[in-house]
Amino acid sequence: MHELSITQSMLNLVLEQAEKAKAKKVGKINLVVGGMTGVVGECVQFYFDFLRRGTPADGAALAIKTVPTKAKCRDCGKLFEPAEFDWTCPRCRGNNIEIVAGKELFVESIEVE
Amino acid sequence: MEIKVVKDILDVNERLAQRNRKLFDDNNLFAMNLMSSPGAGKTSLILQTLKSLKSKVKIGVIEGDVSSSLDAEAIGREGVPVVQINTAGGCHLDANMLSTALDSLPLKELKLLFIENVGNLICPAEFTLGEHRRVLISSLPEGDDKPFKYPLMFHTVDVVLINKIDLLPHLKFDIDAFSRTIKGMNQKVEIFPISCTTGQGISEWVSWLLSQMGNPV
Repeated sequence: MHELSITQSMLNLVLEQAEKAKAKKVGKINLVVGGMTGVVGECVQFYFDFLRRGTPADGAALAIKTVPTKAKCRDCGKLFEPAEFDWTCPRCRGNNIEIVAGKELFVESIEVE
Repeated sequence: MEIKVVKDILDVNERLAQRNRKLFDDNNLFAMNLMSSPGAGKTSLILQTLKSLKSKVKIGVIEGDVSSSLDAEAIGREGVPVVQINTAGGCHLDANMLSTALDSLPLKELKLLFIENVGNLICPAEFTLGEHRRVLISSLPEGDDKPFKYPLMFHTVDVVLINKIDLLPHLKFDIDAFSRTIKGMNQKVEIFPISCTTGQGISEWVSWLLSQMGNPV
């Protein structure tokens, strides 16, 4: 359900961009999805296959680049990927952290004709 | 031909959320988005807060549920304006749904708006509504590992209320460890242990709420 409205929003955005460029067909969509968003690529593909029918994006390939969640320790500066049940800094064990990657959810580019 | 886009997928929702926010600010109305798992205590929190505040502050409520108007009916019995949004399967409120519901409230008369989101720790974290403050109600029976399982939610809220603390003698829940983890992920967050059943902690929550209303930005 989460991916349905996100995929619809993505498709609307892509079709708007294609129309602006006066393109007839969308060949490929390049998405960037961060690990913290909880968006599952296979689910986006599933809904996309259904929603794109009859639109200029019918038949478009969907390429999803996943960005892993990354944190930075505010105390010692260490960059790390938080473990499943441990968001403390692996170097200084501090828990004063900042999320620097993982919240991305955007269309990077599209290929059109 | 490749077209560079670099646009957030939820850009449309963001723009509608900003429109909602402007509407709130133009009407001097402070809006709070209440989120939690189903049953953690969103409606109970509103009812407890109304007890303390409804005679002093004009409050309105927007209820979001997949179906039924049970929550709106409970709020309605307190004599405050309330609108029920039924999402018919949708798992979160979005800015568009909210803007439609706002048409049914006397915005010029209200000073505080509670938006009770659909019970869900995942999707509401993604969709902003134009609110001034994002409130998460976490509850003891859910366990103290929720920040690890739902990091985006815990990272994006302004306050976490730990509800049902009257159950502490019966449950294994490390409030200190839970609070430390959340503060690590989200430095600015305020944390209030409360019980909507006994009333414990409610006055601290209400004081904080009133201080935020005086400083909406």
